[in-house]
Amino acid sequence: MELVKVNNLRKVFPKHKVTAVDGVSFSVNEGEVVGLVGESGCGKSTLGRSIIRLIHAEEGNVFYKGEDLLKLPRRKMRSMRRHLQMIFQDPYTSLDPRVRIGDILEEVFIIHENFSRGERRRKAEEALETVGLGASYLNRLPSDISGGERQRIGIARALATDPEFIICDEPVSSLDLSVQAQILNLLTDIQKRKNLAYLFISHDLGVIGAICDRVMVMNAGRLVETGTCENIFKDPKHEYTKRLLDAVR
Amino acid sequence: MNKLMVFGAGIVIFFAIAAILAPVVTPYDPGKIDIDNILTAPSREHILGTDSLGRDLFSRMLYGARVSLLVGLIAVGISAIIGVSLGAIAGYYGGFADVLIMRFVDIMLCFPTFFLILAVIALLEPSIVNIMIIIGATSWMGVARLIRAEILSLKERDFIYAEHAIGAGDFRIITRHLIPNAMAPVLVSITLGVAAAILVESSLSFLGIGVQPPMPSWGNILSEGKSVMGAAWWMMLFPGTAIFITVLGYNLLGEGIREKLLKS
Repeated sequence: MELVKVNNLRKVFPKHKVTAVDGVSFSVNEGEVVGLVGESGCGKSTLGRSIIRLIHAEEGNVFYKGEDLLKLPRRKMRSMRRHLQMIFQDPYTSLDPRVRIGDILEEVFIIHENFSRGERRRKAEEALETVGLGASYLNRLPSDISGGERQRIGIARALATDPEFIICDEPVSSLDLSVQAQILNLLTDIQKRKNLAYLFISHDLGVIGAICDRVMVMNAGRLVETGTCENIFKDPKHEYTKRLLDAVR
Repeated sequence: MNKLMVFGAGIVIFFAIAAILAPVVTPYDPGKIDIDNILTAPSREHILGTDSLGRDLFSRMLYGARVSLLVGLIAVGISAIIGVSLGAIAGYYGGFADVLIMRFVDIMLCFPTFFLILAVIALLEPSIVNIMIIIGATSWMGVARLIRAEILSLKERDFIYAEHAIGAGDFRIITRHLIPNAMAPVLVSITLGVAAAILVESSLSFLGIGVQPPMPSWGNILSEGKSVMGAAWWMMLFPGTAIFITVLGYNLLGEGIREKLLKS
């Protein structure tokens, strides 16, 4: 069943006269992992952020279960956010350096639930467990832990509200190779267990091929080709896709 | 650790402790008039001498420290609250709110502050509370500019996007995440601000429109000393030195913090 449907989304940065996202349409089904690939600067991250209204898009619609997110009033959008989460690229800048891990996770429950203090703590511990970390992390600051651990915290925060759709914005590209594999495994495990839908943004075709059901190739703000991993990798139709694949070989 | 900063911090702490312990340390009641000992020079009984009403200068200096430091700290507290709130709103919301607030800052900066304070105090009565408020209300502009600049760059950082993504409201984002991360440069401004506020309070009291006698403040002790300058050197030397050293202490501390922040 169709979970998220993006229709003719357009985002212009007037200061730089750049159309970062130029009339993009696609949809993501329940439990589906869709890759979004393209070179840096092609508008992948802007597209991801526009979908969940972290950036204001000028035109288009984003339907989540039939409801247009871009037309929701701010208050309604805030409570809607629990269903659509995001994992950021750089785990060093995506956690507030002054807030302890426990408080970062508890904040999600303060915003969306009416839990008591003890319940929140327990839920935060649970969130840590789902990403393979223990309660000993609750009192640490982001600067006390490694990049891979930080990214796990980012994932735990995104999962805390039980979302159905997660935008993974290059979640492993700033990590060491050995850690990349661990985080990718964690993401696929969780995806299978909870039947989540991912929009998985990456410039790394290897990563995309490993975890995605479908791939979309983006260039200069437009989607130039869409298909299953197999089709795109073996039989690319568009010139840009061919160039992208050749660059890796 | 910077030596000058430690020296400044030492001065600040020394005077803070002296002010807090004033009732314990002082040998005399600061308001007790002693007609037999008018304007006596520093001696074993009165280590800093007595004033023109025979009151012990050492006791008055310590109670004066309380008043001067309290005015300095509370005035700066008021200026920090105004500056941080307005600067945060301007930086976070941008657009019309930003233009409105920052033009207001520009207008406030056009006034010669000291004369504005003089005019306002002349209209109101010169009480200690009014002085704190008026100093605070005319010294927040620097803080507002600093906070705004910090927040303009902080709000584009990923951890703030992450806050929006989990559904945090504006108030939570501003008070829990933006302001705490923007406070470091403000700390410098606040420390230097205490020195400036102590100077303004002393100047006002010296002119007789600040803290009113019999309540002692360094400024009004100095002012009393002016009229007996030829006969009693201690009446101007000690309060003048106290003001000088305290202001120096806060300035050294503030500069020290600034240097540490620049290095990190």
